[in-house]
Amino acid sequence: MTATSHLHVISREDTDAIVPVGHGLVVPPPMEEEEPRSKHFSSTRNACKLCTPLGACLVFRGVEGCIPFLHGSQGCSTYIRRYLISHFREPMDIASSNFHEESAIFGGSGNFQKGVLNVLRQYQPQLIGAATTCLAETIGEDMPRLLHDLREKHGDSITAPIVTVSTASYRGTHIDGFHAAVKALVEQLGQPGEKTGAVNLFPGMVSAADLRLMKEILADFGLHYTLLPDYSETMDGETWSEYEKLQSGGTPLAAIAGTGAAKASIEFGRTLAGAETAGTSLQKKFNVPRLMTGLPIGIRESDAFFALLAGLSGHETPVKYSRERGRLVDSLIDGHKYVFEKRAIVYGEEDLVVGLASFLCEIGVTPVLCASGGRSRLLETALREAAPLLPAESIVKEGFDFAEIAELAPSLKPDFLIGSSKGSQIARALRIPLIRAGFPIHDRIGGQRVAHLGYRGAQELYDRIVNAMLEVKQDSSEVGYAYL
Amino acid sequence: MIDLLPERQPQVVRKADGAPAADMACGKASAAGSVSQRACVFCGSRVVLYPISDALHIVHGPIGCAAYTWDIRGALSSGPQLHRNSFSTDLQEMDVIFGGEKKLEAALLELIAHYKPQAAFIYSTCIVGLIGDDVSAVCKRVAEKTGIPVLPVHSEGFKGTKKDGYRAACEAVYKLVGTGDTAGIGPHSINILGEFNLAGETWILRDYYKRLGIEVVACITGDSRIADIRRCHGAKLNLVQCSGSMTHLAKMMEREHQIPFKRVSYFGIEDMSAALYDAAKFFGDDPAIMLRAQQLVREEITAIYPELQRYKQKLVGKRAAIYVGGAFKAFSLVRALRLLGMETAVVGSQTGDMEDYRQLQEISDPGTIIVDDSNPLELAKFCLEKDVDLFIGGVKERPIAYKLGIGFCDHNHERKEPLAGFVGMLNFAKEVYASVASPVWQFAPRRANRVDEVSRA
Repeated sequence: MTATSHLHVISREDTDAIVPVGHGLVVPPPMEEEEPRSKHFSSTRNACKLCTPLGACLVFRGVEGCIPFLHGSQGCSTYIRRYLISHFREPMDIASSNFHEESAIFGGSGNFQKGVLNVLRQYQPQLIGAATTCLAETIGEDMPRLLHDLREKHGDSITAPIVTVSTASYRGTHIDGFHAAVKALVEQLGQPGEKTGAVNLFPGMVSAADLRLMKEILADFGLHYTLLPDYSETMDGETWSEYEKLQSGGTPLAAIAGTGAAKASIEFGRTLAGAETAGTSLQKKFNVPRLMTGLPIGIRESDAFFALLAGLSGHETPVKYSRERGRLVDSLIDGHKYVFEKRAIVYGEEDLVVGLASFLCEIGVTPVLCASGGRSRLLETALREAAPLLPAESIVKEGFDFAEIAELAPSLKPDFLIGSSKGSQIARALRIPLIRAGFPIHDRIGGQRVAHLGYRGAQELYDRIVNAMLEVKQDSSEVGYAYL
Repeated sequence: MIDLLPERQPQVVRKADGAPAADMACGKASAAGSVSQRACVFCGSRVVLYPISDALHIVHGPIGCAAYTWDIRGALSSGPQLHRNSFSTDLQEMDVIFGGEKKLEAALLELIAHYKPQAAFIYSTCIVGLIGDDVSAVCKRVAEKTGIPVLPVHSEGFKGTKKDGYRAACEAVYKLVGTGDTAGIGPHSINILGEFNLAGETWILRDYYKRLGIEVVACITGDSRIADIRRCHGAKLNLVQCSGSMTHLAKMMEREHQIPFKRVSYFGIEDMSAALYDAAKFFGDDPAIMLRAQQLVREEITAIYPELQRYKQKLVGKRAAIYVGGAFKAFSLVRALRLLGMETAVVGSQTGDMEDYRQLQEISDPGTIIVDDSNPLELAKFCLEKDVDLFIGGVKERPIAYKLGIGFCDHNHERKEPLAGFVGMLNFAKEVYASVASPVWQFAPRRANRVDEVSRA
């Protein structure tokens, strides 16, 4: 296909003929209106993103005693439950207002009310986190009005607060739903108050292990903090001696109320720069300064985070962490030869991609393709900022899907893939390792325990990457050396 | 501690000793706010059609519905793998406002030209009905341009339950039936309906029928091809396994093509044998088929029996809870567990009908809890009350069991070991044994407190 052809029907021959130019850059096809990227297909093939309500549901399970509630069809909650359960291997109850045909025509108010009452009765939650779906949004459900009607009719029976968030799945990805839910929580529950000296940390969608590490670090700096959300226990908990309707753990409601009185909010995510978030909302409403930093993956991004905490706490980085950093650097030197100029394909949520690519560049790996299903329009900028060593010819793609990655991959000659388990078919076809990171990890156990953040997360990632390269070397060697 | 919602009570029955089977409420929409284990209309259609491996399956709607069903079933194909992709029109806000027809048409033309499928299924999701897209008209235009069948599946999520999705899938498939050449199909020929080739189960069954001298024209939809479905009206008998999903298709074929159908189950020794004998009886004009069926059953059982007995010794007296999609599978599981010396204390399904639940009560032991369209809280309550050792269900039920220190066996569409046929019974026994007998349970808090449990382990 040439850059000038404008075919509606693209044949197999045409796409086969896409010739990689230079360092694997594809000849750009014609731009389509309102598309920020080039595309040979109007459809999305094997999406590298999920729908908005999923992110909101996960956030709500990171609040103590909160049950997620989807205003929409039964399928939305069931599919999202299954998807999250397959990663976390923990119970994930999501209630549904269970729309029927009449609700779609006359509005879902009745089902919403009945659903809320049933959930309150069965689960006795401390909070209901109600997120909309594309169905509710399309018929124009007005959540504040639904809440008003509910209180008017059943005021006495409403024993828990209800936070609502608008998550139409035709707007953004699961990450947008995640950030929107965090924002909704602080907007609807945050209270003004005397400044407490505590810090808010909004880490974004990270693993349960990452959340535990964040808490440990903040505590070691002597900081009082609110981590939101915190699903480190709810979604990675112990086996029960008694049945738990909603797994224990999560950010307490009182702590969320206190976010308005914090002395600062830290928000992870370079691609959130222009977005309205929990941090910007608290800044506007309660004058809580918002401090942005990248997801602390790798050395420089972690350094920036630790420096931020040192500034906020007035304490130097505890020696425990400077030693972790020291050991990490020492190991980078031990292993540098095995990974130098290896070529990696990185994919996933935009901020995860930025963090991982930044770390890969620090250890001498070339991220040949950085791809995400998200479309912040900031991915390239964020990458260049966080990873100054990223080669100019590395391909950066927003709004990309796995079929596009698969088509581009062979010409990029990658040595490994790093990202969720959804890249496993590509890795298999290319016979190269997949370093599983991020979400979801559906084909291994322990996805919730993968550490990415801080020096400790970098250490874990580094060891896994180097060992994967060593394994390739050993397995493909005729000798199978005993020492490598 | 856990109370049943009042509106859920008619959907739960405890089998009384000696009493006639009670009528159970079922087939209802799930109660709002109840965390039903069911999905939606779309889910019903998607799971049933998914294994047709040389068709293009495209989900028309925002991304979620397609993303959550990407490569979701363990339905294997001996040839094309096109069905394992997830295609979506990925509707954006502008599409919702101005309509998605143009995008759908472009998407279809591009995908069909690129992947060259034998047919295309277009699944409507919730909002497609609302924004007024004329999907049928798009399908018609694309079919004319491409020369392949382009079939709309009316699976808007909110327009009913999962069962309505099965029905929509049957309607879509039925449009293909009768469009192919039946030349060469013999007198002893069948279709298998409602068998999805999870972990290669269809191949096991095809081998059995071949050994009987019975020709399988089409398996709908396990390892299925469009060409097989087009000529399946040439078969003389339909065997319907997952009866909840495919009976509608069988009835349409009976009415329009005069093909009788029988319900079968391929799970467990008894039901598997009965399924083979039923077909052999139907083709009674050739008594050799029955002789071969008897020989096959004898050989297969002889091969697995000693090992089954070994497992039985370890499993006898253990109690199980079953919660599955369709009730007919539950019958087989109750019988299969009984063969292993185990008792079923709780049994339920997402989509059973009144007759299913009547039969379940009949084959169950007194005291058994029978439940329709249950939810995590209820299932946990029943498991605790009956103190079961094993839960048989799907991924969504797994954490309920594990958190309570109960073994779990996946009998849903994600399973990776074949559980159908005689060899499947042996795999099932192995899996039940591995689920129940692992030493890890001694550390689960609910089990650790029991002295006898440790000594039993």
